[in-house]
Amino acid sequence: MSLLELRNVSKIYGKLHALDHVNIKVEQGEWLAIMGPSGSGKSTMMNIIGALDKATEGEILLDGVDIAQKSAKELTDIRRDKIGLIFQQFHLVSYLTAVENVMLAQYYHSIPDEKEALEALERVGLSDRAKHYPSQLSGGEQQRVCVARALINYPEIILADEPTGNLDEANEEIVVELFRKLHEEGTTLVVVTHNPEVAEVAQRTVVLRNGKVDHEMINENFTGKIKHITLQ
Amino acid sequence: MFIRMIAKAFVRQWKKMAMIAFTIALGASLATAMLSVMMDVGDKINQELKAYGANINVVPKGNSVISELYDVGDENVTGAYLNESELGKIKTIFWAFNIVDYAPFITTEAVLEDGSFVEVTGTWFNHHMELPTGEQLDAGLNSLRSWWDITSGRWIDEQTNDKSVAMVGSTLAKKEGISVNDDITLKGIASDVTVKVVGIYDSGGEEDDYIYVPVDIAQLLGGLDGKIDSIEVSALTTPDNELAQKAARDPGSLSVSQYETWYCTAYVSSICYQIEEVITDSVASAVRQVASSEGTILEKTQLLMILITILSMIGAALGICNLVTASVMERSQEIGLMKAIGAHNGAITGLVITEIMCTAVIGGIAGFFAGLGFAQIIGHTVFDSAINMRPMVIPVVTVLVFIVTLTGCIPAIRMLLNLHPTEVLHGR
Repeated sequence: MSLLELRNVSKIYGKLHALDHVNIKVEQGEWLAIMGPSGSGKSTMMNIIGALDKATEGEILLDGVDIAQKSAKELTDIRRDKIGLIFQQFHLVSYLTAVENVMLAQYYHSIPDEKEALEALERVGLSDRAKHYPSQLSGGEQQRVCVARALINYPEIILADEPTGNLDEANEEIVVELFRKLHEEGTTLVVVTHNPEVAEVAQRTVVLRNGKVDHEMINENFTGKIKHITLQ
Repeated sequence: MFIRMIAKAFVRQWKKMAMIAFTIALGASLATAMLSVMMDVGDKINQELKAYGANINVVPKGNSVISELYDVGDENVTGAYLNESELGKIKTIFWAFNIVDYAPFITTEAVLEDGSFVEVTGTWFNHHMELPTGEQLDAGLNSLRSWWDITSGRWIDEQTNDKSVAMVGSTLAKKEGISVNDDITLKGIASDVTVKVVGIYDSGGEEDDYIYVPVDIAQLLGGLDGKIDSIEVSALTTPDNELAQKAARDPGSLSVSQYETWYCTAYVSSICYQIEEVITDSVASAVRQVASSEGTILEKTQLLMILITILSMIGAALGICNLVTASVMERSQEIGLMKAIGAHNGAITGLVITEIMCTAVIGGIAGFFAGLGFAQIIGHTVFDSAINMRPMVIPVVTVLVFIVTLTGCIPAIRMLLNLHPTEVLHGR
């Protein structure tokens, strides 16, 4: 049984079909990239998979349970217990330190544990920046705090929406390297990106176009390592 | 974590919190001031309205019957008297503490040296009484006729052995050429008395033709030892209601419980009834214009203050509403993130309300003490005396502050509940 399965999922806004009968499966421990041009439905799919939004029709099976018909309260519980979210714009709470931002996810999940939160920051290489506020961190460091926050409650799946969109090359590599480590540890990753270099390091890439799955690509030479293309 | 978030939110947005606290403080201070004044204003206004004169007139029963039968004023009827010795009993009735002033009157005629007749009234001026209850009272005309203009000389001071003294009305003084420090001889029905004029007054009424002397002088002139023909009483009263009006017509028509309620409330009719109980063969009646004016002014003043309190609270609620809504809008990404990572609406609402309530407590306490100050300013400016802080103000203001703060938060909470994480996290 797949960890995540979308069956004929559509999201319709008036006459616009943001997603149109999409079928996707994500296996346990898989690293999937979702690609596509602007307006192809990437973010809509991310919101639906992440239990942030409801599909107009179709089934969304997460760990065998259809979450499409769940109430807003139940979707909140699903986000809290099963999903780790990483955003392009980081979305850290500005008046909390790095470690407190990680503890925030613990607080809404169970009980905040500063030691555990510090260990999560250590995993992303930020133990020495734990007491810094977001404004005192670089973009890459902020995104790593987001990764630590997404990891802290041991979610079944991590969803990253354009995780490297606001990062320079060096930080992009650091974040992708983090994903590779997480994948090695067995974490299921779904990364939405418009960046082919980030998509190529995943095991499989689904390409969306006009709200439909255009095609899928399997990375035969999967290493999880990014290869930058140098323009001549 | 919750406390840490509250504390850090305070530090981060202290300017906004200070504005909210200031708004709450303004509302609370006005509410405190108005409620303090309102709860104390009854006594204060009654004290002020004492300047209108007495609100209860006590006459002998016989005179009252003749007065009612022939529709003449009590002062024109003679023949029956009250006992001066019973005057002290007025301060022994159930509502003794509401009797703030009273004075007896005994009127007789006398002849001046030039042969003209003059009406001489004996009364108290600032009569000092030490009551069995331990209370001390200075009662008399000095305060009951406080609007009299002393054109020359002074009030009679009974406490400095002013015995054979008199005050003369301005019209009579002008007609007879009497001035202060003159000795005038009054030939009464029973005896002659020479008195020294210590003051000339202008009352603006028919009393300007009279001579006022201490009670014993008038009794000596008229041979009416120990007798008085009326008592004017100034009492603090509660505005009449249906029960009071029914009782005023016939106390016997009340049920036992109605009678107890009426008797134990400071209605003017209840006080009149109690005076009649202690003064033998007397009829006490309310001077309706004064009694109803007191009640009306008191009710209107209290209504005005309640309206100011309500308006100030509405103003505070609107201010809080704007500030909290602005704060929630400013923090929409943060709130969206909390929802995205698993916070329920209740948890976020609790966080926001706790922040605002902590601010409300600070603002409310500051406003309460500022309000007490405002109340004293109002007291000294309007009533020329301090306003007593009633403990009841504390719970009332506390409840008002919490209701207003919660009401002010409602639009922001509605916005927070309807906020969809996808709309703020993706900038859509």
